[in-house]
Amino acid sequence: MSGFEDSLLDEVDETVRIRLVVNGRKVVCEVAPRHTLVDCLRDTLELTGTHAGCEMGACGACLVQLDGRAVHSCLVFAVQADGATVNTIEGLTESGVLAELQAEFHRRNALQCGFCTPGMLVNAHELLSRVAQPSREEIRDALSGNYCRCTGYEAIIDAIDTVAKARSENGGAT
Amino acid sequence: MKAKAFSYFRAATIDQALDAHARAGDDARFIAGGQSLVPALSLRLQAPRLLIDITHINELRGVTREGGHLRIGALTRHCEMLSEPLIAEFAPLLHAAAPFVAHPAIRNRGTFGGSVALADPASEFPAMTLALDAEIEIAGPSGRRRVKADDFFLGLFETALQPGELITAVHVPLFRADQRFAFDELARRRGDYALVGCGILATFIDDRIDDIRIAFFSVGDTPTRARSAEAALIGKGLDADRIAAAQAALEGDLAPPESDEVPPAMRLHLSRVLLGRLLGRLGEGS
Repeated sequence: MSGFEDSLLDEVDETVRIRLVVNGRKVVCEVAPRHTLVDCLRDTLELTGTHAGCEMGACGACLVQLDGRAVHSCLVFAVQADGATVNTIEGLTESGVLAELQAEFHRRNALQCGFCTPGMLVNAHELLSRVAQPSREEIRDALSGNYCRCTGYEAIIDAIDTVAKARSENGGAT
Repeated sequence: MKAKAFSYFRAATIDQALDAHARAGDDARFIAGGQSLVPALSLRLQAPRLLIDITHINELRGVTREGGHLRIGALTRHCEMLSEPLIAEFAPLLHAAAPFVAHPAIRNRGTFGGSVALADPASEFPAMTLALDAEIEIAGPSGRRRVKADDFFLGLFETALQPGELITAVHVPLFRADQRFAFDELARRRGDYALVGCGILATFIDDRIDDIRIAFFSVGDTPTRARSAEAALIGKGLDADRIAAAQAALEGDLAPPESDEVPPAMRLHLSRVLLGRLLGRLGEGS
């Protein structure tokens, strides 16, 4: 039994039902296979904190956590995520894990238009989960896939660096 | 832009994936990490009728030690090339190249097998399979087979893969105590495609080179071995004269493409600079 039905080939416009756990809640969505995860999050689930920028995996505005790792939601078709756990900027904010980063971004004016900020925060959160005390060079490397066309990055790097140092001075407590 | 409409099938086994591809004819594509395929679909450079998702096929997962080599499952993600202890110990050249592959979020999803299958001449991993004398394990409608990396890359984005075939794993000989490796690339910005990149695996007897494989990327239509430079080094120690001879030999090995931004002469010069640095590091015993 191959599991593949030839009728699939005649149904390119049909929608598919997918199940996800988004920000801790089970959801069911009807998506066309060509719809990306960012489309599903924004248009179907109305979670518009995830931004669709270049839709090519270059700008990083659409980063979400997919099964615990930061990925470009524009480079994943929603059907591929069927059965997965997704955390968006909304869920990560509600859980409080981003609070220090958000406060430091705010304090240092590490954003202007804010379009890139959700992706920057998702990326910074993953970096600090993996490397407790990254060097500025490591922070720059980690941000290489996130475009910010307003700030010139220095304030963003300062903010992430400050949070990393504060956490390590607090004995690594997060 | 959005991809043209397609049907989606999630395969649970290799046979299911091959069967689905056969039934759709040439109108199907396999998708794994999708970090290059999704943009290509979005730009409508490709518009298959069927997308076959192979990411849930267990047989394509995992890194295992088998006799004298590592079997690296095709679905091994780029980030796992950094975190997997077997890679760090037995394929350190891949571990060294991994941080240069795109940026973290792409590495979290992109797969090793996918990168080798795409054969982007500017990518790190296809070239490293050449340096490592790897074998590509392939499944297809006419059965399973293995192809040496030296015979795999045929032209621009063209490989020995036949229609309907997919890469199941890459086999890499275990790194040994008498070997040394070096990797680096020159890029304008971390995460960008390299202007030129190179990986080297060398076997030494005392301080003389017994065997060496030098693989360049971003200098032509395919990942490229620098065979004349290799020949200039075999049987010799790594002194300044030998390094200079290898650098000079590169002219016969590399044919950088015409480009207004990076003229061929400049890319050849950068290749020599890079080779000199890497051979210098090898000579220091790194």
